[in-house]
Amino acid sequence: MPDVQPLVSDFVLKLKRRKVEGSHAVARQTAELLRSVVSQHRMGSSANQAAALADAVRAVGEQLIAANPIELAVGNIVRRVLHIIKEEDISSTAVGIEGLSVTVDSDGEYDSEHDDRPALSAAVLAAHARNALRAPSLQTLLEDIPVSPAISRTASSTGDSDGKSKSAGDKSSTRKLKHDVIAAIGDLIDEIDSCYEPISEQAVELIHQNEVILTLGRSRTVKEFLYAAKEKKRSFRVFVAEGAPRYQGHVLAKELVEKGVQTTVITDSAVFAMISRVNMVIVGAHAIMANGGVIAPVGMNMVALAAQRHAVPFVVVAGSHKLCPLYPHNPEVLLNELKSPSDLLDFGEFSDCMNFSTQDGSPLLNVVNPTFDYVPPKLVSLFITDTGGHSPSYMYRLIAEYYSADDLVVRRKATS
Amino acid sequence: MDIRRAPPSRAASGGVEPRFRQVGFVTAAEPARGPVAPAAASPTASDGLSPVMIPPPLIPVPAPAPASESLMPSSPPPASSYLLEVISDLDDYADDDDIDVSWARPPPPALPEPNKRDLTQTKNEHGPTSVAQKPKLSKAERRAIQESQRAAKAAAKEAGLKPTAMASDASTKISKQPKTAKTSLKKDVNQVNPPVASDKKTGERPPDKDRKKDIPQSRMQFDDAHRVVKAKKRSVVSQSEARNRVELFRHLPQYAHGTQLPDLESKFLQPDLMHPSVYKVGLQYLSGDISGGNARCIAMLLAFREAINDYSMPAEKILNRDLTAKISSYVSFLIECRPLSISMGNSIRFLKNRITKLPLALSESEAKVSLQSDIDRFINEKIIVADKVIVSHAVTKIRDDDVLLTFGSASVVEMIFDHAHELGKKFRVVVVDSRPNHEGQRLLRRLVAKGISCTYTHINAVSYIMHEVTRVFLGASSVLSNGTVYSRVGTALVAMVAHAFGVPVLVCCEAYKFHERVQLDSICFNELGDPDAISRVPRDESLSHLKNWAENENLHLLNLRYDITPSDYVSMLITDYGMLPPTSVPVIVIGSTDMDHLIIVVGFKFLPARIAVLTVHRTGHGTRAHMCTYAKSKAVYQQLMFSVFYSPSENSIFGIRRMADW
Repeated sequence: MPDVQPLVSDFVLKLKRRKVEGSHAVARQTAELLRSVVSQHRMGSSANQAAALADAVRAVGEQLIAANPIELAVGNIVRRVLHIIKEEDISSTAVGIEGLSVTVDSDGEYDSEHDDRPALSAAVLAAHARNALRAPSLQTLLEDIPVSPAISRTASSTGDSDGKSKSAGDKSSTRKLKHDVIAAIGDLIDEIDSCYEPISEQAVELIHQNEVILTLGRSRTVKEFLYAAKEKKRSFRVFVAEGAPRYQGHVLAKELVEKGVQTTVITDSAVFAMISRVNMVIVGAHAIMANGGVIAPVGMNMVALAAQRHAVPFVVVAGSHKLCPLYPHNPEVLLNELKSPSDLLDFGEFSDCMNFSTQDGSPLLNVVNPTFDYVPPKLVSLFITDTGGHSPSYMYRLIAEYYSADDLVVRRKATS
Repeated sequence: MDIRRAPPSRAASGGVEPRFRQVGFVTAAEPARGPVAPAAASPTASDGLSPVMIPPPLIPVPAPAPASESLMPSSPPPASSYLLEVISDLDDYADDDDIDVSWARPPPPALPEPNKRDLTQTKNEHGPTSVAQKPKLSKAERRAIQESQRAAKAAAKEAGLKPTAMASDASTKISKQPKTAKTSLKKDVNQVNPPVASDKKTGERPPDKDRKKDIPQSRMQFDDAHRVVKAKKRSVVSQSEARNRVELFRHLPQYAHGTQLPDLESKFLQPDLMHPSVYKVGLQYLSGDISGGNARCIAMLLAFREAINDYSMPAEKILNRDLTAKISSYVSFLIECRPLSISMGNSIRFLKNRITKLPLALSESEAKVSLQSDIDRFINEKIIVADKVIVSHAVTKIRDDDVLLTFGSASVVEMIFDHAHELGKKFRVVVVDSRPNHEGQRLLRRLVAKGISCTYTHINAVSYIMHEVTRVFLGASSVLSNGTVYSRVGTALVAMVAHAFGVPVLVCCEAYKFHERVQLDSICFNELGDPDAISRVPRDESLSHLKNWAENENLHLLNLRYDITPSDYVSMLITDYGMLPPTSVPVIVIGSTDMDHLIIVVGFKFLPARIAVLTVHRTGHGTRAHMCTYAKSKAVYQQLMFSVFYSPSENSIFGIRRMADW
């Protein structure tokens, strides 16, 4: 534990100072940090290895989340890792049981064996335990066809299996758990890195010839999405609202033009004027909340409202690391960040107005420069994530696949 | 429809001689009007609008077909004006007539640029323009008047016969000309006519001039290459088309920024090009020193006032004709500097109307004094006093602890805030600003200097800030007759967000900015600003990624100046007529032209100037209007509502009925 502490505090500092920004970068770095936390974690010989590991992750996660509560991706990744630990724990438990009863060890055979096993086998137990974690989805339904009638019993038997695994827990199994968790986190990092591919693969199915698309600000996901459509020889036009005061739209416009996309930069104020000529709004997000609402760069809510007014589909593209299992409450205020007024006003020009000149000590001039906007789910037509397109009302189910319900609040449990 | 019908009817009435056939309008009854027509002085008779002029969409006119047939030969609409309208359509008919064209050919164009305006364009704009003209009656009304006059004056026909024949002779020829020559020929006619038949014509000519030149909104479509070339030839400002134009906006002018100014500055010392005050205002528009509907309008009017003051009438010219031409050339210069705002268009229309209405008897200096006082009165009544009225209305909507949001920098909104502050109301202002002009900063500075507590933010954050806002005050460049608000780009977004959050939106707009045009989107008519302004990012050099944007042909920058706000986002419109729902705009637009005039015509004096006409029904029998006004009784202003019935056949209003209190 002490070995990772410098790493953790360094990252916390970076988050606090807003040196790391953007959900992708934050998610990636968090995952890497947690991987090293796990690998540095000394597995004690205590009974519940997984719980100890999860506790260690939680401890770090808590600090990270507190460092920048606005970067919801941090919390998402911490929860994902906790979920991974839980899953690996269960599967290793199942393997353990299997090893005891049938002495079949290899994972490769595990799957082939799975179909042949009698109804009450440990493999089914494990599969079902996984099902208990995940909500039933199309994937899992297709994967685990032989859902046996014995399932009704298994809920009670998982408890037993836990106990058994502890009893059977020897050195090798704990090492295996740690190894598996690290490998799974590695997969998660890969997934974060490559989240653009599965998203942009869907571009051709959503963008038709001569489409007119509007976007605001810059999102890498949007960029890759449009690139992919362009590469498939679709010709379309893009209106880019510049996204004051950070003008990321200018960057996006430049990037799109380099690929030969017809691009028009408009001021943010012209969104309403232009949206009547737009077929589709494609934007990125900062985070997707469990209710299907979106935390997005400032200005997005008015774009969504304008799109709704003109019945233009409002499509949000985002990687799964942006899925946040929390339900927002007053997100405009609580999940927002006010930046420096210098983005909007020259201090030199207005310095005399900003002093505390009134009697009650409040300044005459306030400058508000929020970073994010909350787009309620009713304004979103579609989410495109790396698992496909989803409607806002489905988000809570998608989230249930990635996170386990008891991790929603990342807090260290009282040491047991 | 009537146009097409005209030639046959004339042919029927005319004799064998083609010239007479063309004349058509000159029939037994017609000349009678000439001498006696003092009614011509009254606006009633002066409204020689052809039936075609009544814009069909606003008021369904009772089918004029049979009446006009019978009317045509006998009661002439002022020939020349009518013809101008008809000409383009007549070309096909006219070709086979052998008429001495040379007679009318060499017209030293007394009226410069604006008159050469393309005829088709002129025609296009007639619809809206004519609606707003004061002296306009419905076809039925006018016919009634004409008929009564004709009946009274049938005896006096000999006197007028000759001049009219001359006049119509001239107009006949015009109809033969190819389109391009027409307008200038038309001028010629007008110059020829007055000496011959001046007394007869005076009353009738103004409207034709009005119609021809009251085209303040030059809605030239710039995607028509032919016309653009034409326009370029006569323009004072040499400017080059901007590069990388946005496809959707090809119909709007966009010139490379910064190319015009040096050129214009070098021309500044050429005296006879343009009046210096007008030139100055044009440069100020171009450089953006004067912006905002009211400011631009006032600056323009004052420049015109000065120009009128320095004006001296050339010999052998008619003041109102020559002056209108001058003003028109000024206007086209100003348009080249920056497209006119609707408020400017309206005030130009007013001024030209005034000029053409000047009695010929007036000496030059008298006319100038009269015009200058007209301009002063317009600025005072329509802008300054109107603003005061708006402020007094709007202030009643501000309560203590209100948080008022405004967008951009509207002069009248600023006045409202100032006044409310002076009244000691405790409120806070949220100034929402937008790129690239950052007009809100100037407003912010002035408000803070006055000690009003302000919050400043940019338009993207409007949904963040809207939670705390209790009212939204917006200015407008114009309010169109379908209730949409044409205003600084971004206004629509602010109104939309306010609407979504359930915050009332109050749009403040002087009634002189109303316009009878309708618009559904912000694309058909708009103004394009300098695209480079978008590529420039304030303060931080590292953020400017679009420096050499014009080099890539795939990249376009669009700097829209205006957008339209749908009327359902507007809770209330505060005008000098009072506080109205946006749906009442068309009745004000109609009311301020048609019905005001109607009331004046009939000598309906007791009503104060401010009347809101709520509905107008036109029937075969006459016109019924529901109106609303304030009347002072026992020191309390009371809102009165009444309906008026006007019958054209009687030429009088009868039946004024007070309706239940509103």
